[in-house]
Amino acid sequence: MPRVDGVAKVTGRARYLDDLDAPGAWHGATVRSQVAHGVLEAIEIDPSLGASLGAGLDGSQVCVVTAADIPGRNVIALIEDDQPALVPIGGRVMHHDEPIALVAAPTRQLAFAAAKAIRPRIAARPAVFDVDASLAGAVALYGPPSPPSPAGPDGAGGDANVFKQFLLRKGHASDAELDAVFAAAAHVIEGRYQTSPQEQMYIEPQAMMASWQDGRCHIVGSMQCPFYVHKAMKALLGCDADGVVIAQSVTGGGFGGKEEYPSMLAAHAALLARKAGRAVKMVYDRDEDIAATTKRHPCRTRHRLAVDARGELAAIDIDVVMDGGAYLTLSPVVLSRGVLHAAGPYRCPVVRVRGRVVATNHPPHGAFRGFGAPQTTFAYERQIQKLARLRGEDPLALRKRLALRSGDTTATGQLLGASVGTDEVFAAIEGAIDGAAGAPPVRHGVNRHGAPVRRGRGVCFYFHGAGFTGSGEQRLAGRATVAATARGFEVRSSSAEIGQGSITIFTQLAAAALGVDPAEVAVIDPTTSRVPDSGPTVASRTAMVVGAVVERAARAVRTRLEAWAAEHGVTGTLAAIATAHAAATGGELAETVTYEPPPGIAWDDATYTGAAYPVYGWAACLVDVEIDLDTCELAILRCVQAVDVGKAINPAIVRGQIEGGTLQALGWAVLENVVYKDGKVANANMTNCIVPTFADAPELETILVEVPYPFGPGGAKGVGEIPMDGPAAAVANAVEDALGCAFDELPISPEAIAATRPGWSAS
Amino acid sequence: MKLALEVNGEPRTVEVSPWKRLLDVLRDDLRLTGTKEGCGEGECGACTVELDGEAVNSCLVAAGQCDGRRVTTVEGLARGDVLHAVQRQLVACGGAQCGICTPGIAVCAAHVVDRGLIAGCDDAAARARVRELLAGNICRCTGYQLIVDAVIAAAREVAP
Repeated sequence: MPRVDGVAKVTGRARYLDDLDAPGAWHGATVRSQVAHGVLEAIEIDPSLGASLGAGLDGSQVCVVTAADIPGRNVIALIEDDQPALVPIGGRVMHHDEPIALVAAPTRQLAFAAAKAIRPRIAARPAVFDVDASLAGAVALYGPPSPPSPAGPDGAGGDANVFKQFLLRKGHASDAELDAVFAAAAHVIEGRYQTSPQEQMYIEPQAMMASWQDGRCHIVGSMQCPFYVHKAMKALLGCDADGVVIAQSVTGGGFGGKEEYPSMLAAHAALLARKAGRAVKMVYDRDEDIAATTKRHPCRTRHRLAVDARGELAAIDIDVVMDGGAYLTLSPVVLSRGVLHAAGPYRCPVVRVRGRVVATNHPPHGAFRGFGAPQTTFAYERQIQKLARLRGEDPLALRKRLALRSGDTTATGQLLGASVGTDEVFAAIEGAIDGAAGAPPVRHGVNRHGAPVRRGRGVCFYFHGAGFTGSGEQRLAGRATVAATARGFEVRSSSAEIGQGSITIFTQLAAAALGVDPAEVAVIDPTTSRVPDSGPTVASRTAMVVGAVVERAARAVRTRLEAWAAEHGVTGTLAAIATAHAAATGGELAETVTYEPPPGIAWDDATYTGAAYPVYGWAACLVDVEIDLDTCELAILRCVQAVDVGKAINPAIVRGQIEGGTLQALGWAVLENVVYKDGKVANANMTNCIVPTFADAPELETILVEVPYPFGPGGAKGVGEIPMDGPAAAVANAVEDALGCAFDELPISPEAIAATRPGWSAS
Repeated sequence: MKLALEVNGEPRTVEVSPWKRLLDVLRDDLRLTGTKEGCGEGECGACTVELDGEAVNSCLVAAGQCDGRRVTTVEGLARGDVLHAVQRQLVACGGAQCGICTPGIAVCAAHVVDRGLIAGCDDAAARARVRELLAGNICRCTGYQLIVDAVIAAAREVAP
């Protein structure tokens, strides 16, 4: 079935926030800090600049908001209340481009110009941008002050400024026991891996509009999680749940970037609208969006692998350190997912994973597709590659030999049951490389410019937990409603369509469960006053978790309608029965269903053991690369992804998810990067902060593997994030194959390749 | 200045600063909001329109350069309810996801198809040519594969 919103999008009729008619609305702009760390002493308004704009800053043409204008608590409520909506006078500035004050004016141009007339005076303090220096307590940023400690290698000496840490142990009770396994190993492989920050680069910049009517605040904008914004607004405005309504406009991409940050824009727009007494729209410029909003956490992973004489994994020891940036935001959850995926989808009796996420004066890092797993996946898939080289074993065969299957246990001791597609994804990749057409690329050659090239092949195998971590889904108890109304059937949930296809998937699921034509089902917008809280649109959970709830609610509606029809002697299609029911009762027939976890799912937060996720997706990736030996440019010749998705409810949409995630991963591997200079994003525009174009992208080969998940709708399990996790390692493995030296840091840019030239193998 | 231009086949006149971006003239003065702004610096292609038969980034064109000229935006691709082949195939193949880049891609792809820029190419050559011709339009959702499929399918539909 084609996307429900397809025609509106290809004709330009879909209305994004900046397309909405807003007569009389003013435009908002943000005054930001120009230092990375300090104390805000004053906010100075330059009267001459204000006058030269033809707009004295007297409130009639320009409205200025500071922290003093906040009616409730000055926090962006999420996990912890450490991040203010606006830095107050006397408060601490924690990062470059932090919001200090707001301006609204009748036009966007005037608002941005007026913002320049407002100058925060900040007493700068020493800032810290390096995680090891932060761990060593160079500057106190978070938590109880701890005495500076001499930093050992990789921060071994300190534990200051830690937002959150986890320690996961399997198969051993003490460090001494773990050390003994390493001491007895036939081989130990040690590596240190560094991954870079990554910009989500949704093509619609962050955008939000607020207005007040009858004392109630109405927010509409580009977002993934209407109830996250709702929670944040209740705290900021000091109102109850009915005091604020959050609505989503058509959203031009998210990828995690519109998970937590929209609460900041909503706060700012609401404060300006309240003071200005009119609707206020805020649409970020691209440079502002890149400079100020969240990115993927940069991450360093140290990984030790102990192998016995038969080539079996004996022990894995991992230390993960992520740079959380200036505020906690979602960092503990990102770190958790990184830690839980760090040991990889391989059998190993003894595992220790230590993870820490550390405060620095970078702008906060936050949610991005994969959510910590791509960082640790890169590390373990490089380690497994090194093991294959050490043993002279075929890299794909070695992975297949060590891979987890049903009946095995993961690093958290989770016994794997149904829907483990290991053998099926390996078979798919083997199929793609069978025969002459799939042979490895010839090592030496010449490209179309006549330059000498080297070619290589890399593979990787990986998994991704679908849905919230641990007991998250039970705690959240997401709900969705299906209703038979006079207008037809409605699906009501807080899941946001952000391009991933959720409204199409929900339409299909509800229509199938009701036994009606999809045209008779409407998925309504996730406005907080009209839908139950189904949870956020994150964690590869929408189709699998909320979709299953929608399916159950639709079945319940069908059962009740059929019972009503039998009782009242009504015959005909279910749509006809629904119409008759609405006419007879004057109301609707609705069922709201709450998520129920599959039986036997147990997780222990204290020991970090048990079922970390209800189910996993499984995937393998193959990449062939070609490196121009003169320019060190890298071309991806072939990229095959085989992904076990449980069941593809809509194959075109599932393919689109996998291919989009794959290209984001390939981009992260070879050309994307966010460059910080003294805590400020130095490449805050699309000219320098590049993402792959049509011309950069290879032809993507996608193989959908379906090993059904018994508790997902129709057997489906999460697919949104998994394609992001693996390809970067496959690229690094391919470049290593071509050049004969290791690539353990991202991005693998031409400059990075050139720097390894002395280490290239002779043949 | 008084700017007279033909937009999607209709003559339009607006009073604007000659420095105003064509993008803003379309969106603000003519309320044609199908054309999107993604970066404002000519990198993303979301604001692509046809100007006298050339595909351009409307964020880089000043109103003063447009007097007396013909502009086609995404709103001008369909004929009534009949979608352009490119639009139809973008829907059918799954080439639109979040949709914010889609108007620019549809305009550029329609330009490629209507002018026969990949006519006569075999499949592999056509795919490579589409990737070059659309390299100024960034999509962050699809990985481009299904968009290339859609453009090829549309071209075959128009000139089998």
